[in-house]
Amino acid sequence: MTYTFNNYLQNIMAKIHGAITVDDKRCKGCDLCVVACPVDVLALQPKEVNDRGYHFAYMANPEKCIGCGSCALVCPDACIEVYRVVEQ
Amino acid sequence: MEQEVKLMKGNEAIAHAAIRYGMDGYFGYPITPQSEVLETLAAEKPWETTGMVVLQAESEVAAINMVYGGAAAGKAVMTSSSSPGVSLKQEGISYIAGARLPALIINVMRGGPGLGTIQPSQADYFQATKGGGHGDYHLIVLSPATVQEMTDFVGLGMDLAFKYRVPSMILADGIVGQMMEKVVLPPARPRRTDAEVREQCPWAATGKHGRGHRNVVTSLELESSIMEKNNEILQDTYKLISANEVRYQEYFTDDCEYLIVAFGTVARIALKAIEEARAAGIKIGLLRPITLWPFPTQAISDLAARVKGILTVELNAGQMIEDVRLAVNGRIPVTHFGRMGGMIPTPGEILDAFHRDFPNA
Amino acid sequence: MNIQDIIKPENKTYNRPRLLLDVNTHYCPGCSHGVVHKLIAEVIDEMGLEDTAVGVAPVGCAVFAYNYIDIDWVEAAHGRAPAIATAISRLNPGNVVFTYQGDGDLAAIGTAETIHAANRGENIVIVFINNAIYGMTGGQMAPTTLLGQKTATTPYGRQADLNGYPIKISDILAGLDGTCYVTRQSVHTPAAVRKAKSALKKAFQNALDKRGTSVVEVVSTCNSGWKLTPAQSNEWMVENMFVKYPLGDLKNV
Repeated sequence: MTYTFNNYLQNIMAKIHGAITVDDKRCKGCDLCVVACPVDVLALQPKEVNDRGYHFAYMANPEKCIGCGSCALVCPDACIEVYRVVEQ
Repeated sequence: MEQEVKLMKGNEAIAHAAIRYGMDGYFGYPITPQSEVLETLAAEKPWETTGMVVLQAESEVAAINMVYGGAAAGKAVMTSSSSPGVSLKQEGISYIAGARLPALIINVMRGGPGLGTIQPSQADYFQATKGGGHGDYHLIVLSPATVQEMTDFVGLGMDLAFKYRVPSMILADGIVGQMMEKVVLPPARPRRTDAEVREQCPWAATGKHGRGHRNVVTSLELESSIMEKNNEILQDTYKLISANEVRYQEYFTDDCEYLIVAFGTVARIALKAIEEARAAGIKIGLLRPITLWPFPTQAISDLAARVKGILTVELNAGQMIEDVRLAVNGRIPVTHFGRMGGMIPTPGEILDAFHRDFPNA
Repeated sequence: MNIQDIIKPENKTYNRPRLLLDVNTHYCPGCSHGVVHKLIAEVIDEMGLEDTAVGVAPVGCAVFAYNYIDIDWVEAAHGRAPAIATAISRLNPGNVVFTYQGDGDLAAIGTAETIHAANRGENIVIVFINNAIYGMTGGQMAPTTLLGQKTATTPYGRQADLNGYPIKISDILAGLDGTCYVTRQSVHTPAAVRKAKSALKKAFQNALDKRGTSVVEVVSTCNSGWKLTPAQSNEWMVENMFVKYPLGDLKNV
């Protein structure tokens, strides 16, 4: 299912809360999840690096996350897992 | 199928022997003088009886890689070709050896180099016994002299291949591929079931089937210390094979003063020459290596201690003679007589060469 | 809502695929191979093929594909994967056999094996990663390198008179009677990833149903070889690769 701006609006109205975890040891800091995120949740760590020297991804704006999973889909290293809660 | 006595070509015998052995697959590409192997299999339609897969590949390269794939799956698989085609197979043979897989490769040799001739030759001795492809490896190389041995070595070669997880080769000259002889075909035995394959080949890529771990068949290892160990495993296997699997036949060696060493069909011509020499009072013996690798080094070394000279006779410019000389280690003269380009020596020519090299005999 | 309240097992909607082994891949950051590996691992798991799937790995960047997906594998010589898959599939018809090949492996050195396996209609899946460059050996020209594209062996750009033309091998494969499904996909956006996954699923189903050869080409990026960032590579791919290699089904019978 393609995620559209309309979905986004509906999601806001339905109060959908999302969050992701990044396996920061495995992340290579490729930035593709940051680009794929439709709501600017993600960023690469500006200073911190993992054991292999990569600026790993993290939720810079966690409150915006809608748990759409776009980041996880495009992640080449399968280091993102997605959580989602629909608040009634 | 019960045991049967038939008259047939060596190439045809290979096909019948394969079906009766319970071979799982044959993958080949036509080339003279061995095309009867694939033709006979196609005519026999074993896929309808034993379930054996028979496939004409798009090239020798594809055929040997199909053998690699089948062997990786734990199946008893084989290919056959002739010299130029076997050159094409060398890449795949090296991978099969490197991945420690059992397989049977048949080379019905024709004269070279290049496209050469379709007539018989033994000029692929170096290629077969010294590696052929890249890397440190050996094949078990069986040299048949009769159509019966063409038949018997299919089973022997495949059994040895499974026993040691190395590829075997039947290195036949074009003569034994094309000539017809009486042959006793063994009774048929069933192909192994999938469960038997999984039990007997726990390393095979059969699909996990609840195994709990994955099997990976590969010759690749970039960690040098592990790759060296992988090589050592191969070399240990080759040592074991050298210790246990040397096969040869001796004729008239009890009292011989000179020795002829010849393999394949040439050994039969040499035997005729020796019989003629013995009628004239010249005591020549014959040693016929059956395994060209491992080579009967010790047997030749032992004979070198009590004969005055050795003549090797080959359908090439002198290849096996190098292994004979290594066995003799300079103790007595070792000379060579060979015909090339598809020419076959007569017993008289062999005797002439003997007298040329050993005028005091 | 607190993040701690969201990140609970019952709220999980996307897992790392179960059949991906717990190792880091050797691929460069942003490489498309990782996404395709992930999809194959998901498809094999979802279709219940863990015990019967056999992968055939190529020579090239994906040479170590067998280190990442928890199924049986055979490592092929360069270009020979379809011949190996042919034998495994014919000797063990209960197996679902797929090859995973790059552009050099499939469309240069292994052209004969690829075309003839597909022409025989072997019941196998061919996954074809087309990133128009030889990544593993350091970015040399591939058979699919675009005209004008700079590589280590076309430093002034690929020229037709010197280097020939980029080959649209999937179009050739679609023209063979033995193929039942030939599709060109990509994994550069979430939507593309979803489509590529259903293409892979269809291909594996075809192999199960013994319908002939399925080919899933994935137009991919090689940011190291292209000397761009992963995000820039996606843009370059959309602007250049998709013109020569347009996405969509080439054959679906």
